[in-house]
Amino acid sequence: MKALHKLIEERVKPNFTGEGKLKRFWVVFDALETFLFTPGHTTKKGVHVRDGIDLKRTMFLVIVAMVPALLFGTWNIGHQYYLSLGDITTADPWNAMLLDKLIVGAIKVVPLIVVSYATGLGIEFVIAGMNGHAINEGFLVSGMLIPLIMPVDVPLWMVAVATAFAVLIAKEVFGGTGMNILNVALTARAFLFFAYPKQMSGEIWIHNVMASKAGGVLADGYTGATALGHLANTVGQPVSGEVSNGVMAMFADGGLFSLMNCFIGTIPGSVAETSALAALIGAAILIWTGIGSWRIISSFIVGGLVMGVIFNALGLNAYMTIGPVHQIVMGGFMFGAVFMATDPVSAAQTNTGKWVYGFLGGFFSIMIRVFNPAYPEGVMMAILFMNVMAPTIDHYVIEANIRRREKRLTAAVA
Amino acid sequence: MSTETTTAVEKKESLFSKKNRKLLTDPLDDSNPITVQVLGICSALAITVQVQQAVIMSLAVLFVMIGGNVIVSLMRNIIPDRIRIIVQLVVIASLVIIVDEVLKAYSPDISEKLSVFVGLIITNCIIMGRLEAFALGNKPGPSMLDAVGNAMGYAWILLAVALVREVFGSGAISFPGVGQVKFLPEGWFYANGGFYENNNLMILPPMALITVGVIIWIQRARNRSLIEEN
Repeated sequence: MKALHKLIEERVKPNFTGEGKLKRFWVVFDALETFLFTPGHTTKKGVHVRDGIDLKRTMFLVIVAMVPALLFGTWNIGHQYYLSLGDITTADPWNAMLLDKLIVGAIKVVPLIVVSYATGLGIEFVIAGMNGHAINEGFLVSGMLIPLIMPVDVPLWMVAVATAFAVLIAKEVFGGTGMNILNVALTARAFLFFAYPKQMSGEIWIHNVMASKAGGVLADGYTGATALGHLANTVGQPVSGEVSNGVMAMFADGGLFSLMNCFIGTIPGSVAETSALAALIGAAILIWTGIGSWRIISSFIVGGLVMGVIFNALGLNAYMTIGPVHQIVMGGFMFGAVFMATDPVSAAQTNTGKWVYGFLGGFFSIMIRVFNPAYPEGVMMAILFMNVMAPTIDHYVIEANIRRREKRLTAAVA
Repeated sequence: MSTETTTAVEKKESLFSKKNRKLLTDPLDDSNPITVQVLGICSALAITVQVQQAVIMSLAVLFVMIGGNVIVSLMRNIIPDRIRIIVQLVVIASLVIIVDEVLKAYSPDISEKLSVFVGLIITNCIIMGRLEAFALGNKPGPSMLDAVGNAMGYAWILLAVALVREVFGSGAISFPGVGQVKFLPEGWFYANGGFYENNNLMILPPMALITVGVIIWIQRARNRSLIEEN
């Protein structure tokens, strides 16, 4: 480590400082150097305590928390692919063709990650260079989240366009990292959802499923639609009609979308959103390290459960009869609760506000997905909506606090 | 609302003096009605899906604006102050009805596409704003230049937004009389086994707002004096 430090300080750094040849690229050097060594900045005035957990390390821990979801997602892409070809059966999901599954998954996931980071960081570097400020680490997490919430077979150029849009319009316009109103990764997803609806819905959730179908090698019963896509078909149908019964059979024990399968995540879906288990492991890491807000995560889940119970009580269509626990382990609900809703920038800031923000987020997620079949993934809409509402929530929490203290003061004086 | 409430200049002045030329050029950039004064946004968002609609709309606004400014400027000394708004409205409404009837007669399909937005020119804040802020206090000559300048400032934003939205949203460019020309080869699209897809978000209204926002962003990055201090 010492030798490396010496090399950077004596050989590399002078090129970027003062009159060095590469001084225009100082921001790039600065950003990469602090990955290796904690910067030696000292505080000039004011508070003299510096926390070792700076933005870069915070972001890095979030990435660590995403690793279980990423690894499971990679495996699941291959798993779904071979299932759709009929090469394996659901009976033995774990051991069969493990390496092949991971290779197929990696072929899909790695390019997504590369494209997302290359586009996003490229824009960040250019803008930081233009404005002469340091490169912020905010995109480390967004750049990882974007590939994780993409459909498996999304064209790469669309990912690039969406990433560029999200970084520019959702973040840089408002002043860069820490100033954004909306969650950057979800903005990218929402952009794709509205911009390319044909490519963002239908049979894209399993690798190559369209080609397999055309080639006649697709296993029986495979359509490549997600759990939510199937359920959306039941809206507007009688509870125990033919369509509803067919769909509900898939959600019963032993079906493709049984409670257990949804919880573990061996179902078609976006790259890493399918596994509630992996998201919960991520949640444990985030809460244990104190980075993710346990208030938001838990109230988000409670909000989803409450809405699920209400729908159960109503039971107007087959979608509403799905159990509340089943509801929250399907789709991107858990992934959104753990990694999207807890975004410290766009979420509510006050503790009471976090309870309200999380609860309503979960509540609306389930409501949107059931009420509006056109938006199967209500989690995205709900979190973006709550992002917009967060400042209002904070405002009323603070106002209430002021009023409470005022009352206490007048009581004490009187 | 603009601050140019210059009172009528008494001495004889050439129509294209430096000051009058500023009336033409200022609204194009420094006091653009859409990007700086943020007026007339509703129509800029609503009818910029296709270039041909934007062209027709711009021409209509140009006509109403010149007519309104000149007529109100001619009447400026006889309009009682208390009822000036209603007089202005009558002038604008008459002109808008002329535009509407002409459009219906000569290009019914575009008239249908523009639907209520031709009628809504009456409430376009740019026109009322210019009547109030300029025509009421200036001679017909400068008033006409002011109208042309502001209508052009409105038009170029409309055309720019419409161009972006139509090229990326429909993969085409349209022009009145020519219709929509799709210039992307059919084989490029996914439906035909290609690699490209039109951006549907561009056709939705939010993207017009974002495009106008991006124009404002670029304009302020180039012209720092426009940035408000808070």
